[in-house]
Amino acid sequence: MVRFLIRRVALGVFVMFVVTIVVFLIFFVGPGRADVARTLAGRQATPATVALVSHRLLLDRPLTVQYWHFLDGLLHGNLGYSYYHGQPVTTILKQAFPVTLSLALGAAAIWLVVGVLSGVLSAVRSRSIWDRIVTVLALFFYSMPSFVLGLLLLYIFYYQFALHGIHIFPGAGYTYLTADPLKWFEGLVLPWITLALVSAAAYTRLTRGSMLDVMNEDYVRTARSKGLSENRVIYRHALRSALTPVISQFGIDLGVLAGGAVITETVFGMPGLGFTAVHAIQSQDLPVIIGVVIVASAAVVVANILVDTFYAVLDPRVRLH
Amino acid sequence: MSPGDSVAIEDAQITSGTPPPEGAAASIIEGRSPWRLAYERLRRDRASLIALGVVALIILVAIFAPVIAALTGHGVYEQFRSTGLTPDGLPVGPNGQFLLGTDDQGRDVLVRIAYGARISLIVGVVATLLEVVIGTVLGLAAGYFGKVVDTVIARIIDIVLSIPFLLFAISLVSISKPSLTIVIVVIGVFGWAAVARVVRGQVLSLREKEYIEAARALGAGPWRIMFIDILPNIVAPIIVYTTLLIPVTIVIEASLSFLGVGVPPPTADWGTMIAGAQQIYQQAWWYLLFPSAALLITTVAFNIFGDGLRDALDPRAEQLYK
Amino acid sequence: MTESGIPSASGAASDGDVLVRVEGLKKFFPVQSTSAFRRSHEQVHAVDGVDLEVFRGETLGVVGETGCGKSTLARCIARLLDLSEGQVDFDGRDITNLSARQMRPLRREMQIIFQDPYGSLNPRRRVGSIIGDPFALHGIADGADRKKRVQEVMELVGLKPEHFNRFPAEFSGGQRQRIGVARALALKPKLIICDEPVSALDVSIQAQIINLLADLQSEFNLTYIFIAHDLSVVRHVSDRVAVMYLGKIVELAPVEDVYQAPRHPYSNALLSAVPMPDPNQKVDSHQIILSGDVPSPISPPSGCRFHPRCPKAQPKCSVDDPALVPVLGDPPGHVTACHFPVETGEVMQSRPGVIAGEGAQAT
Repeated sequence: MVRFLIRRVALGVFVMFVVTIVVFLIFFVGPGRADVARTLAGRQATPATVALVSHRLLLDRPLTVQYWHFLDGLLHGNLGYSYYHGQPVTTILKQAFPVTLSLALGAAAIWLVVGVLSGVLSAVRSRSIWDRIVTVLALFFYSMPSFVLGLLLLYIFYYQFALHGIHIFPGAGYTYLTADPLKWFEGLVLPWITLALVSAAAYTRLTRGSMLDVMNEDYVRTARSKGLSENRVIYRHALRSALTPVISQFGIDLGVLAGGAVITETVFGMPGLGFTAVHAIQSQDLPVIIGVVIVASAAVVVANILVDTFYAVLDPRVRLH
Repeated sequence: MSPGDSVAIEDAQITSGTPPPEGAAASIIEGRSPWRLAYERLRRDRASLIALGVVALIILVAIFAPVIAALTGHGVYEQFRSTGLTPDGLPVGPNGQFLLGTDDQGRDVLVRIAYGARISLIVGVVATLLEVVIGTVLGLAAGYFGKVVDTVIARIIDIVLSIPFLLFAISLVSISKPSLTIVIVVIGVFGWAAVARVVRGQVLSLREKEYIEAARALGAGPWRIMFIDILPNIVAPIIVYTTLLIPVTIVIEASLSFLGVGVPPPTADWGTMIAGAQQIYQQAWWYLLFPSAALLITTVAFNIFGDGLRDALDPRAEQLYK
Repeated sequence: MTESGIPSASGAASDGDVLVRVEGLKKFFPVQSTSAFRRSHEQVHAVDGVDLEVFRGETLGVVGETGCGKSTLARCIARLLDLSEGQVDFDGRDITNLSARQMRPLRREMQIIFQDPYGSLNPRRRVGSIIGDPFALHGIADGADRKKRVQEVMELVGLKPEHFNRFPAEFSGGQRQRIGVARALALKPKLIICDEPVSALDVSIQAQIINLLADLQSEFNLTYIFIAHDLSVVRHVSDRVAVMYLGKIVELAPVEDVYQAPRHPYSNALLSAVPMPDPNQKVDSHQIILSGDVPSPISPPSGCRFHPRCPKAQPKCSVDDPALVPVLGDPPGHVTACHFPVETGEVMQSRPGVIAGEGAQAT
């Protein structure tokens, strides 16, 4: 297990290394030597600022030197400086991170619970009316772009409700948990559903298929024939095995979760990482985008390690590979 | 062979499917190809046929978008400031002149949806094909060559799969001008890994087949084995995967446009339209509803058809590619 | 075939008659470590030092139990596998170190018929295209010419040429094996390695395929290496037989010598398991059933590899690995690797717990 963890963390570090290289290539090499400083300084930057950027980032030095300087900064927690905001990027992201974290954690919980439960229901009552309803709904939500779902929810639960004098869900914005827990929760319900439901539908399909496979395995039949109660068979014996492919897929989908958070935050006007990044494009505030990409990638890598570790605990065979 | 073979104990058991009885189907000279069998099955699947019809309809709408524009008399970029906007400058709802209403610029939503279908389908098909081609070639190479090649490609797949794709797409677009080409390339470059993973898995299971060894014994080189002997056996899952990838790609394209990093305005695009509608959906539900519905119908149709195709080609229904 | 005029005494044969020469061939496979800790220094000794000559026009049978290394030996000779040690000469040329690319032109000359007629034919390709592969790969015939020649071969092996466009799934096991034979035969190679070509087939079909192979051999002067796990099939087709046990040849002799006077205790045991085709000819009704499992090829027994299961084993057998030489006044063509070879007509002594079954009860 220790060996597994070491290897897994090493892979995570390597992924982050690749991420920094790709980011460096995109932002420090992509624009062309002459334009790097200008693009990083932002749209309204004065020549003086551009010169300052060039000097600070060692842009007159060879690329390898620039990269090591960039990496060195990252390793010391320095994500750069937003000349547009006149603030260090870390300061901006520190405000945005809890927003995205609240959104992602809650959505991931709903996503897994709804996906797995509906999948199990569908598989256990295979070919029943429940199975049909779940299957059709899963296909529907699986096909649904998350921003369409988000806007649809806003239209009904914010706008139509408001027309009828009901004001539960806000139309936009975010309330910090520390400020008002209830408002925090109310503000997050629709974003959570938006982010969770589309992916949950994919997990319904995955769980259903996996569950149906497992239920046909000999040991499950044996458990049944031994006279164990149906619930015990399903939840003790079948579900545990059926969950392993689901969890392994979940590890892969964490990047999708991050992407979905970008869209959801944009739809609901939540000042999280994704919202910040999208607005940074409009203001050409590239250092902020770099910061968001690095932070989000790191979050995904860390979450991925956690999921894989959990997966390895659940299914010991995984550790061997 | 490869380090993957733990112990090459000889005397492979007979693994394949059940043999037909001696002299079965003796009267048929022309072979009944597995494709034909799949086609027969698909023909009996009503949901898939309807979905296929819807897909065909969307393709027709995309092709004949200029005809729709001509019939309504509304150009795709044409702004009707007097008839298409209220005195307050708001869009007008569905009426005799604008069947699906107008957008915030006073343009015909129907015509723009028809033109938007072009972008969705072009990106959906071209970017998906790009993903599938890259993914198939790399997956084949990884699975067939094994060893170092496999290790390297498998690692790259892991990395590409684990990074937040949308953020990198935003990064790429942020330093270059948004364009259709950039969107397609970005999706292709980041999206191939899932295909490669599937193909690699399939190839790994096929590589140990005796007919692959037979091909080597005949003197076939690695490229011929990969593309003549292995590829036909995984074409079915690849086709299913491609069909199911198209709606995913369409949604990604629409998402990019929705975020403002996709196809730039004033090109008619579903994602861009929905982004525009987001600002005024309280006053103009039609501007939000119809492009959303177009997008949803398209993805649902592709997904139903893809599911049907998978069932028709299902390896468990008949051991086509086992 | 058994009556073919090829001199089976190897000593007398001149080099010109040797099509395949194998010297000191060894093939090890690394054991994949199954624990997190590295243990990959262990190796499976699949083939562990084989010397062999195959003469032009003959059929050399190779028999042994599953896992004795006979298929690995065949794949090393065909260079589908790289050798760990040793040398393979084919048609007077050292092919040991040829790369896969360099081997390709030579594949015209040596072909393989595989065991599994279901696994060895690509299910997604039509029969005509499968049999046409050799022509296509070696640039021999194209288009209509290729089709004509494919159909000729199909007719030759007893397939209907009009089935050209069918898929393998539409044929029975026996017909599929004919397809495999046709593919191997298409270019009239010098050597065909038959890797248990009939063991996956019904007994009734086996004879058809064996007769087909025999007919084709006499018609085209083919050389066969014929691998099988029992002696009954091999007896019908082979001129000489090599008996393999745990990666080594324990006895090599003209086929009738092996039948009349098997020298190695293992050959005796294998033979006793064969139902006698002719009841009048039966020498004795002893069936020797070997006890115990085949030892692990990862750490083969010391000395003679057969000694843990051998009814005649002496202390010497666990120390000295016997050489493959003529014993008990056998002609030079009949070689055996045994310190205590079985005399003609000798009833093998049993050791308690080593031999069970009818033979043991009778004595």
